[in-house]
Amino acid sequence: MALSSKDLIGLEHMSQEEITLILDTADAFRAVFDRPVRKVPIMRGKTVVNLFFEPSTRTRISFELAEQRLSADIINFSASSSSLKKGETLRDTAENIAAMKIDMIVMRHSSPGAAQYLADVLDASVINAGDGPHEHPTQGLLDIMTMRHKLGSLDGKKVTIIGDISHSRVARSNIYGLTKLGAEVTLCGPPTMVPGAMEQLGAKVEYDLKKAVRDADVLNILRIQLERQSQMVFPSNREYALMFGIDEDVLRTTKPECFVMHPGPMNREVEISSAVADGPRQVILDQVTNGVAIRMAVIYLLSGGDPGSLAGRG
Amino acid sequence: MDWKSIPQEYLVTNVKLCLGGKLSAKTGYLHVKDGKVKAIGDGELSVENVPTFDGNGAVLSPGFIDVHVHFREPGREEKESIHTGSRAAAAGGFTSVVTMPNTLPPVDSAPMITYQFDRARESGLCRVFPTGAISKNQDGESLTEFGDMVAAGAVGFTDDGTPVMNGSLMKYALQYSKMLGIPVTCHAEDTSLAGSGVMHAGSWSAKLGLPGIPRVAEDSMIYRDCELARATGGHLHVAHISTKGAVDTVRRAKADGINVTAEATPHHFTLNHSHCQTFSPMFKMNPPLREEPDVEAVIAGLCDGTIDCIATDHAPHTVMEKELMFDQAPFGIIGLETALAVGITSLVKAGKLDLGKLVYLMTEAAAKIYNLPGGKLEEGTDADFVLFDPEQQWTVLVDEVQSRSRNSPWLGEKLTGRVKATFMGGRNTWLDKDFS
Ligand SMILES: [Zn+2]
Repeated sequence: MALSSKDLIGLEHMSQEEITLILDTADAFRAVFDRPVRKVPIMRGKTVVNLFFEPSTRTRISFELAEQRLSADIINFSASSSSLKKGETLRDTAENIAAMKIDMIVMRHSSPGAAQYLADVLDASVINAGDGPHEHPTQGLLDIMTMRHKLGSLDGKKVTIIGDISHSRVARSNIYGLTKLGAEVTLCGPPTMVPGAMEQLGAKVEYDLKKAVRDADVLNILRIQLERQSQMVFPSNREYALMFGIDEDVLRTTKPECFVMHPGPMNREVEISSAVADGPRQVILDQVTNGVAIRMAVIYLLSGGDPGSLAGRG
Repeated sequence: MDWKSIPQEYLVTNVKLCLGGKLSAKTGYLHVKDGKVKAIGDGELSVENVPTFDGNGAVLSPGFIDVHVHFREPGREEKESIHTGSRAAAAGGFTSVVTMPNTLPPVDSAPMITYQFDRARESGLCRVFPTGAISKNQDGESLTEFGDMVAAGAVGFTDDGTPVMNGSLMKYALQYSKMLGIPVTCHAEDTSLAGSGVMHAGSWSAKLGLPGIPRVAEDSMIYRDCELARATGGHLHVAHISTKGAVDTVRRAKADGINVTAEATPHHFTLNHSHCQTFSPMFKMNPPLREEPDVEAVIAGLCDGTIDCIATDHAPHTVMEKELMFDQAPFGIIGLETALAVGITSLVKAGKLDLGKLVYLMTEAAAKIYNLPGGKLEEGTDADFVLFDPEQQWTVLVDEVQSRSRNSPWLGEKLTGRVKATFMGGRNTWLDKDFS
């Protein structure tokens, strides 16, 4: 089987089979990491543009590494979205890229829908590396990959996502991907960050942290954007930490095997205590490693790679 | 006879008259002389030595009146000028429009009103009635010279586009305009509640990750302004009403005897927030497209008289601006050229109200809000009229748009009801391509 689209825009419109295909392919790539030579010649002669309209060191490095390990030629382009507002539109940028005969574009943009727009106007493959608060599908996939390693099948498993859900692309991609694989997703945070309408995405909303974590198999803790405080969304970091921060006391109330994830970068002692962030129940660095494997898998599959042939490369 | 060479006196025959909210079942006529109606009625009229035009069975009604358009002149002529806006109006069957003052600079003084009248007269395609800004430079701080602007011909006052957050300013505006006998129009939006919202706050904004504008941003301001109208006795006109709560508030206010009127746009009685799922900025407007119960409430308001008239909020923006991403693109769509067809398609054909009532809401009822001439055809009135085919299906084509802008959510859509010819003061201002 292959992916049905030339692009990866979000997990909302992906089938369970497609998600599983990407996860299985990523597992195969992950095995390559333990070899002395971590590079495969799959994308030799192909050009990938990393188009970042918003700064994101982590995601960009992860994509670049994935591209390098697949032997692609790489072009990095960074600009602020606001400079686009004045005069040049995303369409102009897209048409320029098309004229240069690029095979694939990885884009981070502040506007929801930007990746879909680019995918619609270009023949090249587009990978959404985050479109505003809408989706961040490779992050969702790497989170799910990490959960799958710990939990096996996700069917019936309970995942609690804690934080500023309404402004989180990570949350949206997690919800869509996890619910497709049969997991039950609970969202937790203050109502100013977790509006009831989020239930429309297929998740449960629970404002009481104790109840939200009690039966959870995994806690996915989102980064609190500290600048949101000035927008009257929450009173203080201190109060957030007191009410929704995950520390060892909270972990004592969960199932003992419940583990902790965080997409990074962390605000230590706000949404997560250092003791938890560095403790035995977190898999945060695993997420980072899996991120490269997921991005390799997505690039490979979108460029027409045959998942069956990957095993033969062993 | 050729429609293009209209004489001083002529007779239009073979038409169905739509007057006073009623579509006649019989064939009728209209006799025009020197730009005025000489005679109008069902049946046949024979006048010797007067050229006759065959209406081909079209409906003939008073020219449409749109009490909410943005013509962007002066300052933003790349979007629309008074001439191109008038051209779009004529193509949509409109003979009168009320322009909003949020130009660059805003229309906040009598010379600006005079300027707009002059530009409209030069164009000659539509009667243009300017409103003036409530506050100088639309900054929400101090009142403009209402009296001087009314003397120059302003028909109302509004800070449309920049809502009046200062309740005291709104109160004084209502008090002062009452003395002058003209309405104050509110774009009801608490900007602190709307925040950075770009679409309706609801299930779709949650899914799409786009910041939402909650209903309460509109509901609370309409409540405030209705109470200010009660307290002052001023005439409050509610622009582009979009929520169920706002319709309910206006209904109650009217029952209480408050001097309030309201308008609704074709997009708010036709489309809902789910259309934003394509991220197309053609569905970005302010107030935003709401939910189906709101759409139903707006239609109910039109049917029971809570909402007085239909207005388009014709808001032209350039192709480039509307090619920006949804959150960055400007609010608003053009509406003059599709208003009749959208009304027929989503109200008349859907069985919500009859054609006579639809035409009434676009003519006589609209004229009443701002005490405009027009909206009626009787002996002695200006011969402002439109001929349209309520059954003709057509597709909205980008190349046929008469506005300078192209930002319509109905591009490529098939609609029913087509304007065939428009006349202002007896003069032909629009003729459909196959109508001669
Ligand atoms: Zn407005």
